[in-house]
Amino acid sequence: MPVSPRYRVTTQTTASRVSLVIALLLVVAAAAAPLFVSRGTVQDLFFILTMLVLAQFWNLLAGYAGLVSVGQQAFVGFGAYAMFAAVSLAGLDPVVAILVGGIAAVLLAIPTAFFVFRLEGAYFAIGTWVIAEVVRLVVAQWQTLGGGTGTSLPRSATRDMIGVEQLKDWLGLKSSAAGDVVTYWLALALAVATIAFIYRLLRSRRGLGLAAVRDDASAAGAVGVDGNRMKHLVYLVAAFGTGLCGALIYVQTARISPDAAFSVIDWTAYVIFIVVIGGIGTLEGPIIGVLVFFLLQNALADYGSWYLLVLGLIGIVVMLFAPRGIWGFISDRTGIELFPIRRRLVIDDDPQTPDTD
Amino acid sequence: MQWIDTILQGLLLGGLYALFATGLSLVFGIMRLVNLAHGDLIVLAAYLILILVSALGIDPFTAALIAAPVMFAVGWALQYVVLNRTLGDDILPPLLVTFGLSIVIQNALLEGFSADSRKIPAGALETQSIALGGINVGVMPVLTFVSAIAVIVALNQLFYRTALGRAFRATSDDPVTAGLMGIRAERLFAKATGIAMVVVTIAALYLGTRANFDPTIGPARLIYAFEAVIIGGLGSFWGTLIGGIIIGVSQAVGAAINPEWQILAGHIAFLIVLLVRPRGLFPRTVG
Repeated sequence: MPVSPRYRVTTQTTASRVSLVIALLLVVAAAAAPLFVSRGTVQDLFFILTMLVLAQFWNLLAGYAGLVSVGQQAFVGFGAYAMFAAVSLAGLDPVVAILVGGIAAVLLAIPTAFFVFRLEGAYFAIGTWVIAEVVRLVVAQWQTLGGGTGTSLPRSATRDMIGVEQLKDWLGLKSSAAGDVVTYWLALALAVATIAFIYRLLRSRRGLGLAAVRDDASAAGAVGVDGNRMKHLVYLVAAFGTGLCGALIYVQTARISPDAAFSVIDWTAYVIFIVVIGGIGTLEGPIIGVLVFFLLQNALADYGSWYLLVLGLIGIVVMLFAPRGIWGFISDRTGIELFPIRRRLVIDDDPQTPDTD
Repeated sequence: MQWIDTILQGLLLGGLYALFATGLSLVFGIMRLVNLAHGDLIVLAAYLILILVSALGIDPFTAALIAAPVMFAVGWALQYVVLNRTLGDDILPPLLVTFGLSIVIQNALLEGFSADSRKIPAGALETQSIALGGINVGVMPVLTFVSAIAVIVALNQLFYRTALGRAFRATSDDPVTAGLMGIRAERLFAKATGIAMVVVTIAALYLGTRANFDPTIGPARLIYAFEAVIIGGLGSFWGTLIGGIIIGVSQAVGAAINPEWQILAGHIAFLIVLLVRPRGLFPRTVG
């Protein structure tokens, strides 16, 4: 006789099932967007999606693994430069070269992990910054890729990129606009894959171990979780994702320089503010944060450095008075979790199962 | 002879980096707080001295004397009102708040003073030099180095000879017990940051009179300071001086080989020390 289990462990909630359906609809709508919106809007959406990817990986590092990095620009820049090298020197298709960028970022992360993991907490943060500076200074010596002043992707490379020709015929676009659509779809795919991957990771055994290490490293160690291993793993994964995203960003801009590609403001400061304002340590936080960031940027675009000043002040105020950010504020009041990772015990009401007592 | 000259210049430059680093080391030693806005506070102090010099027509040393108590008050208030709220087991709040502060200071300075490079005029002192054997060294670099040593001696006296220093050490070792003995940690931390800002003012005086500065150079000064602290080993002011000298000499030697390698050489020296002596050259023994 089959015995139906009376207890189940689940992470799903009604809100999360509803949000999954809404998320799928949103992704479909986003994928169809280039058919309906202007080229400028496609570029804005590309910007939002790439910042979201960077924010999710930084959040994975800082919010889940307790690794505050101020040097993620090392992987953005290195991934982008590796992509440039693969296109300009090896003649690869830019879309394929993006993968090269991600792999190059991991190859960079292996030796740098060796250095930065010798430093703890706050010193880890500045250590990652030093590494980013070293990589920037070394890359600026690479004369073939323009040295300190930078270089552009060959026009032919972006024109002949995978998918551009077909899109030109299909949608009747110029090749530059078709290129924007290709990179936008890649950004959408990368953002969806990033969120799905991180959500899966957090719900897995490894994710449970990660949460245990974050909450109490010695207690986690006592039950056999190798905290150091987990942190290394997260560091390498974040480097890969950040490198891919960096390479993708620079396929779209098609022009690179060390100062831009390794900018601590563009690729780390903005990302930190997005995560902090949205809500650190949640998957929902960066999504909300990137939308707030985009609206603020548009509203304050004409005020130059006032914009960053205001962003910094908001970041400080949020960290001091609402350290769980906007999403934490919403979640605390409504109890809604769109990406629940908490394991809950569900007791099935099954009248057929007899009481054992 | 040229190499001895290069190394001597680097050694004197190390004095400036030690001045950058001492304030950082002081605050970390007492409350385990790493202030990511440290470099930007140095630049802020440099602008303050510049304003005093140009508005009152006084020399930069007198201006620094006026700026020091102002910066002490800024540090005291910053710690008491903002940073004390971030202290605790979680490393995120202090890091993210001071990072935000760094961005705020940079952009406020950009708004107030534009992105132009500035320099604090120091009159004839700028170009004067003394002959040491066959080598000429600038008076300002020598003054910087002597000031670094004076600051370290003074801080060591403060730490090991005064009641305030005893309270600093006690709170650093065991804040709970120190609290039971009547030490109010919040006020003590505010004083420590205030003192660190006085050191920052001295660092700013030499930063601003020796070279050009603009609102965006703070983070690089933070990095040099941090490297000097790590090379020296946490908790040792003299170690910090040695750390600063190693960065300074590496940069001078790197620049002598190829001007583009100056900054890189300093970073590489830091990474080598991190590789062979991860706890620094002069770590304080952990009890």
